[in-house]
Amino acid sequence: MNSLTNIFQQKKDLLSIFFTAGYPKLNDTTKIIEKLSDNSVDFIEVGLPYSDPLADGPTIQDSSQVALQNGMNLDVVFEQLKSIKETNSTPLVLMGYLNQLLKYGEDKFCQACVDCGIETVIFPDLPMVEYESHYQQLFNKYGLTNVFLITPHTSEERIRKIDALTDAFIYVVASASITGAKGDISNNQIAYFERVKAMNLKSSLIIGFGISDNKTFKTACKYAGGAIIGSAFIKELAINGTDKISDFITSIR
Amino acid sequence: MKSKFQPDKNGYYGQFGGAFIPELLHPNVQELADNYIQIIESEAFQTEYKSLLKDYVGRPTPLYFAKRLSEKYGATIYLKREDLNHTGAHKVNNTIGQILIAQKLGKTKIIAETGAGQHGVATATVCALMGLDCTVFMGEKDIVRQAPNVARMKMLGAKVVAATSGSKTLKDATNEAIRYWIQHPETFYLIGSVVGPAPHPDMVARLQAIISEEMKWQLKEKTGKENPDTIIACVGGGSNAAGAFYNYLDDEDVELIAVEAAGLGVNSGESAATSQLGEVGVIHGSKTILMQDTYGQIVEPYSISAGLDYPGVGPLHAFLYETKRAKFMNATDNEALVAAYELTKIEGIIPALETAHALAVLPKMQLKKDQVVVINLSGRGDKDLETYINHLED
Repeated sequence: MNSLTNIFQQKKDLLSIFFTAGYPKLNDTTKIIEKLSDNSVDFIEVGLPYSDPLADGPTIQDSSQVALQNGMNLDVVFEQLKSIKETNSTPLVLMGYLNQLLKYGEDKFCQACVDCGIETVIFPDLPMVEYESHYQQLFNKYGLTNVFLITPHTSEERIRKIDALTDAFIYVVASASITGAKGDISNNQIAYFERVKAMNLKSSLIIGFGISDNKTFKTACKYAGGAIIGSAFIKELAINGTDKISDFITSIR
Repeated sequence: MKSKFQPDKNGYYGQFGGAFIPELLHPNVQELADNYIQIIESEAFQTEYKSLLKDYVGRPTPLYFAKRLSEKYGATIYLKREDLNHTGAHKVNNTIGQILIAQKLGKTKIIAETGAGQHGVATATVCALMGLDCTVFMGEKDIVRQAPNVARMKMLGAKVVAATSGSKTLKDATNEAIRYWIQHPETFYLIGSVVGPAPHPDMVARLQAIISEEMKWQLKEKTGKENPDTIIACVGGGSNAAGAFYNYLDDEDVELIAVEAAGLGVNSGESAATSQLGEVGVIHGSKTILMQDTYGQIVEPYSISAGLDYPGVGPLHAFLYETKRAKFMNATDNEALVAAYELTKIEGIIPALETAHALAVLPKMQLKKDQVVVINLSGRGDKDLETYINHLED
């Protein structure tokens, strides 16, 4: 069973942080994970920097560009993650684009995840139909769980299908948007969160895209098991490097 | 029997195609997939589409026997004059069709990407014609090198948004258009080539198929046979080639030649010859052949021609390449420039830089005198005058 499942059963108001591997500096990856763990972040999304991240806004695009310029690549990130496998106990979720997996080699990529202790992956450009026809079998072979995204425009039928296909969590995209902070959460968004919550799905719900501070985090937690902060954290890293991660996490909680 | 060159129900040509899109775009793409064939095949659509192509665009475009070019290369060369279309290229065939589809689906806001600006102009034109709101994404680099088209789009009432990420060319303009589409799902993404998630490649191919539909009866009139021996077209994303090949795909005796932009040379590191440099990958929602590095990062292509400066190729073309149904050749910047000057001097036609690549393979071919060759003259060169003038003395 996916180790995230335990956390979802035991805790509420989960905080997850996304960051781009290799940003701001190439070797910050493990340091950031350690600091986030020390500050009791519940699980961590490690972004694999990509040249053409279609689902990402300017903040994550820029961080990806910097990370790639820093020399980040899949071999480096897998080495970094492997080096903390024994010491890190916070679940890691790998988030990348499908072409990275395709080019690296499907089996090689999955085996590398296993070697780093990674059980959960997110590919925003992997649609359900492709997952069912091929990737489900591939991921199952390596014990990997894929996380699907849903949006305000996803039909109930598709949400139920996604619920049946995953055993980690459903990533509830807060609005029809790419990543990045949008300010407050609107009434329309709350109506959508309530609608999804009322579906009584078996999977836990985690809200992301546009969650940036204490206020948006708390609101999201009312309707879901927790929330993911990405762009706001990247902005924090851009300003203070890895020095004030603890202050940032405290300000959210 | 269904042609093997038609996509399957999931939008695949062999292993290429599909719809690799974020869930956010699923409703939009599904809506189009559920409706496009029915709309295109409906009598109402066909009547309106054909009528606009005739009276507004100026179709059929002539199939012109290029006598002096034929003499020079020792073949029987015809030029399919897509450059004579309203707005100056084949792109308008597609935008007329898609704007009618958008209207049938009740969409009022249109977005598009553009490289050379031809698709942007063709989109801005049909939006002006139908009174619809138009936003065009264009790479910052292309805005500079295709300034006349930027001015035309603005005059036509379109908003031109600069794509400032990556190589600041067509790839990045497409990224920005897709990101905007994700954030504004009510908009209709009027894609300019046979690329993107299914069903876009097939929809655009069907709308460009008018090119080869006309070629058939025009050739019959002129030569007594519907089929030429050879068809040559340039390929960036591949829409003019898709249109010129479409009705001949199953006629395997017709040789199809796709010409890619080699930039400074295929192996110079500054090239856009995707079939030669690429490997299987996913770009802009489609599995195709793609220029990428060891880790799957998309490589920035290069060509003097903004319309061919693209690191991928439409999935149909990837399939034509893999199955060897089409022969893929390429031409460098300089070869294209030479070919453009040559056509201008001996036939009095200034071709677009993109089209010049198709012309540039003639000296590399072993042609026979009675060999009927059709070159798809996809666009005119007005937009490229500055580039041409800069190379006048070379």
